[in-house]
Amino acid sequence: MLLIPCPHCGDRPEIEFSYGGEAHVARPADPAALSDEQWADFLYARTNPKGVFAERWRHTNGCGRFFNVVRDTISDFFVAGHKDGEPRA
Amino acid sequence: MSQFRAASGGRIDRATSLRFTFDGRAYTGARGDTLASALLANGVHLVGRSFKYHRPRGIVGAGSDEPNALVALSRDAARVTPNMRATMIELYEGLRAESQNRFPSLAFDLGAVNDLLAPLLPAGFYYKTFKWPASWWKRVYEPLIRAAAGLGRAPTLPDPDRYTARWAHADVLVAGAGPAGIAAALVAAEAGARVFLVDEQSEFGGSLLAEDAATIEGKPARDWLADSLATLAANPRVTLLPRATAFGYFAHNMIGVSERVTDHLADPPPHLPRERLWQVRARRVVLATGALERPLVFPNNDRPGIMLADAARIYLSRYGVVPGKRIVVATACDSAYRAALDLRAAGVTIAAIADLRESPDRALLEQARARDIPVRMQTAVAGTGGGRRVTWARLAPLGGGEAERVACDALLMSGGWTPAVHLFSQSRGALRYDLDAQAYLPHKAAEQELSAGACRGVFGLAEALESGARAGEAAAAAIAATGRAAGRGFAVTGGEHGGGGWLGLAPNGQAGKAFVDFQNDVTAKDIRLAVREGMRSIEHIKRYTTTGMATDQGKTSNMNALGIASAALEATIPEIGHTTFRMPYTPVTFGALAGIARGDLFEPVRRTPIHAWAAERGAVFEDVGQWKRARYFPREREGMREAVARECRAVRQAVGVFDASTLGKIEVVGADAAEFLNRLYVNSWSKLGVGRCRYGILCREDGFVRDDGVVGRLAPDRFHVTTTTGGAAGVLAMMEDYAQTEWPGLDVWLTSTTEQWAVIAVQGPRARDVIAPLVEGLDVSRAAFPHMAVAECVFAGVPARLFRVSFTGELGFEVNVPAGFGRAVWEAIVASGQPHGITPYGTEAMHVLRAEKGYIIVGQDTDGTATPDDAGLGWAVAKAKPDFVGKRSLARAAMRGPDRKQFVGLLTEDPAVVLEEGAQLVADAAAAASVPMALLGHVTSSYFSPILGRSIALAMVKGGRGRIGTRLYVPMPTGTVPVTLCSPIFHDEKGARLDD
Repeated sequence: MLLIPCPHCGDRPEIEFSYGGEAHVARPADPAALSDEQWADFLYARTNPKGVFAERWRHTNGCGRFFNVVRDTISDFFVAGHKDGEPRA
Repeated sequence: MSQFRAASGGRIDRATSLRFTFDGRAYTGARGDTLASALLANGVHLVGRSFKYHRPRGIVGAGSDEPNALVALSRDAARVTPNMRATMIELYEGLRAESQNRFPSLAFDLGAVNDLLAPLLPAGFYYKTFKWPASWWKRVYEPLIRAAAGLGRAPTLPDPDRYTARWAHADVLVAGAGPAGIAAALVAAEAGARVFLVDEQSEFGGSLLAEDAATIEGKPARDWLADSLATLAANPRVTLLPRATAFGYFAHNMIGVSERVTDHLADPPPHLPRERLWQVRARRVVLATGALERPLVFPNNDRPGIMLADAARIYLSRYGVVPGKRIVVATACDSAYRAALDLRAAGVTIAAIADLRESPDRALLEQARARDIPVRMQTAVAGTGGGRRVTWARLAPLGGGEAERVACDALLMSGGWTPAVHLFSQSRGALRYDLDAQAYLPHKAAEQELSAGACRGVFGLAEALESGARAGEAAAAAIAATGRAAGRGFAVTGGEHGGGGWLGLAPNGQAGKAFVDFQNDVTAKDIRLAVREGMRSIEHIKRYTTTGMATDQGKTSNMNALGIASAALEATIPEIGHTTFRMPYTPVTFGALAGIARGDLFEPVRRTPIHAWAAERGAVFEDVGQWKRARYFPREREGMREAVARECRAVRQAVGVFDASTLGKIEVVGADAAEFLNRLYVNSWSKLGVGRCRYGILCREDGFVRDDGVVGRLAPDRFHVTTTTGGAAGVLAMMEDYAQTEWPGLDVWLTSTTEQWAVIAVQGPRARDVIAPLVEGLDVSRAAFPHMAVAECVFAGVPARLFRVSFTGELGFEVNVPAGFGRAVWEAIVASGQPHGITPYGTEAMHVLRAEKGYIIVGQDTDGTATPDDAGLGWAVAKAKPDFVGKRSLARAAMRGPDRKQFVGLLTEDPAVVLEEGAQLVADAAAAASVPMALLGHVTSSYFSPILGRSIALAMVKGGRGRIGTRLYVPMPTGTVPVTLCSPIFHDEKGARLDD
């Protein structure tokens, strides 16, 4: 079970969190301006890298906040974390 | 005392005799015995039959690596535990054990015919044998294989024992309490660290428990052990867990430990759980898991009486038991000489030591010769004999020459030692093959971990203590424990390890069955066959032969299998690699893993404030997620259909009362609350006046309906949002996601209020008559409080939010009061409704009533691929809004195609026929008889409507709205049912009754 660094509460076990998928996938400001392909890309395409990956978690059974962390998907260790809205680590 | 119990010695209490039975026969042992040592003391070696060939098998080891001696323990009919290792079972008064995998008896087993059929049962035989004819797969092969598969039998009754779970944090967790582990714990604890020391055995000490000659810090090793354990036990920062197996190394230094609390007790006290599952998060982990002795692979190396050399030494030293009176020792390792010398000193005849090597340790060789033990260099075991116990061994010189048959009643073997790198490898640490040690050793740690002692290839007592002390010191330093620890060491005499070892098939081992994996009956020949048949990867060889796949996961066999594969493939061991070490290290009971999460505690049960009232009136409940909801309220002799018909008629003709408390509720508050809902829901909220409600639909970003519910505006900046019962948590999470991450600039606050409000729906033409006398401060007349109005008021003396809404199609109110008042208000409503014939109704009637009106249930009539328009709710979508969640997806051409499945009603030709929910719809009756056929849609809801006196159904059908009035067919096993498509609104299509 991962030990996840919540920037508000500190390290907490994985069962307290919900996964939020890839970070930095912002909802387009004007979806109507996008082609179907661009919209489909926003909806479904994710980078899914082998290695360093910026992802979102929500401390559902804790402070309830979303935050971003950077995890190495090979080792499962967190490389860095920051509060949502703060610049990427 | 039996002839196999030495006159003195061991850690057993000879004064306390314990009675036990094995296969119904009575024996006695001593307190401190394991089942294995007690059986050996009684001269019993034959304890089981092997998995595939049903060969007689005896006790091989003395620890958790035991491959053969699996027995079933039974305390009573429900407390039967199969596949227990006799070597790990502590004896208690009245213990009952049974052998496994034999019929009719252990001594005479019909399955042993498999041994004669062995030529027909090579590795992978089931891939080759059970192929034709296909008609036999199900009726012949499967029952045959199922009957033969498995070892022990599972109990047939539910497990009555209790299992608990503990979570803990440690600075340093030490796995294994042998010399290295104890040294690490001592040093780390002295430095001030919070230490967990866990060991799978009943006593701490590991190899120290069988260390008769060495001294540590000037004391006999056993005295030093006792003093050290006392020091640790006295330290409040140290937790000692015996009988606790560190079975899994989970991510981020979480160690799973299964602690057996009462298995060793004759009468377990009822307040104790049988087992505890510990999940310990450690800042540093020290692995001190020791090493496992390997068998030698020679023909017929599996007869009862053939055991590991060091196991025999442990039986003598710890339990005062000798495995035989005339013993042959076959070895490629110096440590077996210690076993031979100790047994010789206990009065046992050592008929021969057969050493595969040219030059064992000179000092040991001289000691053996000085005690008249015949030692034969470069000699292998070419075969053994004996039925239920070994009676002879054929010793053959390696260079050729005459083999000699040597009589014996036990044979000890040692192929050297394999470091137990299981936990290290589970932690994803990288292993490296060490040519000198002939072993995989820890190379690069992945976690915050240190290995110490034999599990990292450091053998010998002094070396293990030193290795442990350094690991403990480093672990303490890493967590900045500040106490004195630096440079702590232990002066040792004795306890040397000696070298040597052999991997793979021993020479002269070509004929006969030379077993590699005892538990899965895999021979050297099987592994070579797998290579011959094209397996190259060790992972493929493992799966083809099943070597290492038994409950012991190949603890004693994997390295020998690798050695044989290496020879057959003509590749070095590091070129072949190794199989994956998987948790658990030893089997863990399902009980321990489940803990208290079973039966009533499997998951939380949610009950509404009105639950008890319904239960007192005999309501039948159904599970809706975690909620218990009253399904119907049967009166005397009524079945569900009668009760539901009565409840439905009451709502349509008079008034019904329904507990809707499970409805999800979210309070959306803030200056931007309306804007937030505008962006989220498909509807428009800006123009919704205070005191008004609107039916809201929430899509996902992909345009499909996710949830629905009535939203009431209580103030310009305050909305009372309701969701489906099952969707509440998910909708709140989705709202939080958008509020926090997409639109953090909006002033909006979200609070779950599901549990705060009790919701009582009063529905039917007399509803106003029932509630009006209870309302204070609000005019609930038709004109003043119309359909889709909401207001705060005092209801039955309690602050309330009153909604005029309907999920039945009748005049309806939903009374929201603080949950604590829920039952009192419910009872007040029921009392007020008595003159009007008020009838409580359940979820089943609710479903029928809403289906008569064509109201969808998200998740029943929709399935995550329905747009609002597909569900017949296109009218709710605010087309003028520039954006909302899902809008862009709804603009795609495919989301507007004419062939999308659309929500319609169905009427069967025969009004008595109620369709099956989930049944498929096809276009013509003839096609229904043949497959494949084009499926046009499916039935989503289906009921008998009491008010219409006939069946009704709802369905999603391709281009359904365009097919209204046409006929489709529902093919069922009992025949094809013709249906006519119609509007999904079956009752009061104009909605006149709502506005009563």
